[in-house]
Amino acid sequence: MRKLLNTLYVTLSDAYLARDGENVVVRSGDEERFRVPIHNLEGIITFGYTGASPALMGLCAERGVALSFLTEHGRFLARVTGGVSGNVLLRRKQYRMADDEDASLAIAGHMVTGKIANARTVLQRGLRDHEGRIRGEVVQKAVNSLAGILREIPGAGSLNRLRGMEGDAAKIYFEAIDELILEQKETFYMRGRSRRPPLDCFNALLSFLYTLLAHDVEAALETVGLDPSVGFLHRDRPGRASLALDVMEELRPYLAERMALSLINRRQVDSKSFYQKENGAVYMDAEARKTVLTAWQKRKAEEITHPFLGEKVPIGLIPYVQSLLLARYLRGDLDGYPPFVWR
Amino acid sequence: MSKREYGEEELLALSGLQHMAFCERQWALIHLEKQWKENLQTMEGRILHERVHDPLLFEKRGDRITARAVPLVSRRLGIYGVADVIEYHRVVESLTDTENETAMETVRDAPDPAPEAVAGFAPGAVRVAGKDGMWRPYPVEYKRGRPKKDNRDRVQLCAQAMCLEEMYHIRINAGYLYYGEIRRREAVELDEHLRKEVEDLALRMHELYERGATPPPLTRQGPCKLCSLRDTCMPRLPKTGRVTDYVRNVLKDIQEERGALP
Repeated sequence: MRKLLNTLYVTLSDAYLARDGENVVVRSGDEERFRVPIHNLEGIITFGYTGASPALMGLCAERGVALSFLTEHGRFLARVTGGVSGNVLLRRKQYRMADDEDASLAIAGHMVTGKIANARTVLQRGLRDHEGRIRGEVVQKAVNSLAGILREIPGAGSLNRLRGMEGDAAKIYFEAIDELILEQKETFYMRGRSRRPPLDCFNALLSFLYTLLAHDVEAALETVGLDPSVGFLHRDRPGRASLALDVMEELRPYLAERMALSLINRRQVDSKSFYQKENGAVYMDAEARKTVLTAWQKRKAEEITHPFLGEKVPIGLIPYVQSLLLARYLRGDLDGYPPFVWR
Repeated sequence: MSKREYGEEELLALSGLQHMAFCERQWALIHLEKQWKENLQTMEGRILHERVHDPLLFEKRGDRITARAVPLVSRRLGIYGVADVIEYHRVVESLTDTENETAMETVRDAPDPAPEAVAGFAPGAVRVAGKDGMWRPYPVEYKRGRPKKDNRDRVQLCAQAMCLEEMYHIRINAGYLYYGEIRRREAVELDEHLRKEVEDLALRMHELYERGATPPPLTRQGPCKLCSLRDTCMPRLPKTGRVTDYVRNVLKDIQEERGALP
């Protein structure tokens, strides 16, 4: 498999990114703080109001390095991409399929199947690993309900019905996931997902992880020549990366939620890591973001056998592999889109 | 080979012929899907070519002129590209203007590789702007690595020569491949067999382009190991089975597991 390259996370709020030949240089004030050759990077994510020179942006665009600017809280601001690349025929096919309800349903159905199966596995692992420490019957009930929904997906019949099933499953899953929080239960709990803004610590942590995942998925889709903004499950909406959200669905439980749980249960983040704004919005502090980024990078380097390919891949490349498989399906190399199912 | 000429819009990259000769799917991934992936080898190749293509590196040593980054086109094959280097070897010393005119006409009118039509004058010679005398062009292609078992480098070189032949209305019998690893050039005879291969590949390339669909991966194992696009191509994919079965199995496993619960 393709070598997993690094993502450079710039968390210095006064940093400035510049180009020096084939190198990315991070400056702070008059001082050079860091330097790395561009060919060692897959992406750059900056937090806070960091600046970057046009020359650096050009280099990133030319070399296909995804450069994203986020607010200090991790909310996405903008991304630098080069000229539209890849195969126009593939994108046309993507648009035609997205316009076709049945074709979209076939892809979206597999994505939702992957999502619910993975959510269910997260709960099942919790049951197995923490037997006796959690209310097993509550989690088991959710596991069974999710299996019930999974059974009905092939007969969903319409995208709207499928979206309804997905919503039901998410509700069941998030209610049960609260049981898997074993430590610091007064700080971390799940009583419904809140996004804009996150209203509690668990939601703040999840939002941050989703942002990291979204950057990787969007970059992967661009790499294989797909348009991240035209999805099958998510409707088109200006400014929304609907296809990236589609592909993220099946990856969230395995890559984001599980990581959030382990960060909390291992006490790598705690109540001191978060602060609340006057309006109730909850954010992580810089120190905690660094902890999460380090854990995220470490996780990406671990390997897993891909359930469909049967080949070992670094976890960080799963978004890329799924994007490729989706492109392969749109091109007619495969008889369907194989979602990533964690077993 | 059809007799028609290709129009401006229909011309395809000459460099694609070497990909075609290697693997049709590789050609499609690069030229149809624009999925070029740089690896160490291709990066070294690019840097080598940047150097070779530097138009300021002009060379003239006595009876040899080296022209770099020479644009090429063949309407008949429907290809265009840039030759790394065209070497012009002097075949006729400076002539008077009249002699030169005659020589030019002889060359132009020669239907085939003209037998030594004029004493001391070789077929396939042309004039070079700003230089006296007649010169015979030879394409020289620079390759980073070493000579390969297959024909792909020779195909590319031959296609360059065929472009030159069409542009100059001459016949070119040989070219050179320079290999960086062995730091040596080898002469390549541009025989009928090689020319036929170029024509077939060009025709097939236009066919695939017209269809706009990427052909399936090669089944033989050999060349995939060397391919920089292997991870994008996923040549093993067809062996992994049907997605329908894969998803059905996921659901079936969950079902059975559920039935087994107390």
